[in-house]
Amino acid sequence: MARLDRMTPALREHYLNMLEMPCPSFDTNAYVAGPPLTERKVALISTAGLHRRDDRPFALGSSEYRRIPSDTPADALVMSHMSTNYDRTGFQQDWNVVFPLDRLHEMAAAGHIGSVAECHYSFMGATDVFALEPQARDLARTMRAEGVDAALLVPV
Amino acid sequence: MLGHHLEREGVATTQISLIREHTAQIAPPRALWVPFELGRPLGPPGNPAFQTSVLLAALALLERAHGPVLADFPDDEPESAAPDVPLACPVGFADAEGELLSAFRAEVAGLRSWYDEAVLQRRRTTADTTGLVPEQVAEFIAAFARGEEPANPLSTVSLGTTLKMASEDLKAYYNESVTAQPGRTTDPISLEDWFWGETAAARVLNEVRKQCLGRDGREYGMLGNLVLVPRRQLHRFD
Repeated sequence: MARLDRMTPALREHYLNMLEMPCPSFDTNAYVAGPPLTERKVALISTAGLHRRDDRPFALGSSEYRRIPSDTPADALVMSHMSTNYDRTGFQQDWNVVFPLDRLHEMAAAGHIGSVAECHYSFMGATDVFALEPQARDLARTMRAEGVDAALLVPV
Repeated sequence: MLGHHLEREGVATTQISLIREHTAQIAPPRALWVPFELGRPLGPPGNPAFQTSVLLAALALLERAHGPVLADFPDDEPESAAPDVPLACPVGFADAEGELLSAFRAEVAGLRSWYDEAVLQRRRTTADTTGLVPEQVAEFIAAFARGEEPANPLSTVSLGTTLKMASEDLKAYYNESVTAQPGRTTDPISLEDWFWGETAAARVLNEVRKQCLGRDGREYGMLGNLVLVPRRQLHRFD
């Protein structure tokens, strides 16, 4: 479990030390309202280092992101995250554990959400958050242009 | 940070949180903390109903009028049935004593039929990010363990990055193979302990880790110190 109180003391200390790492701060706290969930176009943003098999893998320290079209089949999606400190066996058995695209399509068909976005995205987490910032701004503009009005961020 | 920039552009965000303490400090617009293992943000594999309940809870936060919101998902991951059969490689160490790399090759060969079965069952594999077949992945890694520097099969990334990808391909090969066997556990901690505690592959990866620590360059330093052997498994090789 990812509960600090269930981790070994050394691992707990490692994750608590991360709280001391510098992080961007902002003068404003943007918080966007929107239509009901049943009318929203939803996109996934993963930080699992996911990409199509024919796309470029993530290199050490990469702050780039990769586009994952909504019609990408499960057998075309792979993971090239650099970290070794999280479980990958769930993704190996069922991609929805990390990238719940099948579930999202089911929810759209059932009317829980308006629609599934045409494109989803992945970064590789555990990288320099300041280097990530220009990429994040770029992706935000792209998703806005694509008419996405709900993004679900999924870490590993 | 991602959430902030998206919201500034008018894209509402919600997210899953795996370490509550980190999320509480960052205070993104909306987050649902889940008590699952790192790497399993939607919970266990092969449980669509549970995955949907997590998704619905995360997406429901979009309808909160004010934020930031940090909500807790109420349920632990459902317990899987206890495994009937202990995890083991088809090639036991009693039969494969002697040179480590020979035991490693025998182990890789012994898992091949289960890997083929796994690919057939799941109609996918995650063990080929390098584009190499498992036996080539094993030989690529064995070369590093011997202190050699093999040719890089990928033109888009450095040799060090390819080594890291190959190490993950190797682990995926073992885990996909063993979880395709009837009655085997899919519990992440059991699988991790099995791989790092009981396979020749893990000992070979530790040899590669030691070789990386002896090489020049920041990338090999990171490989040796951080990204080849998980932090919580390093004690096995002290």
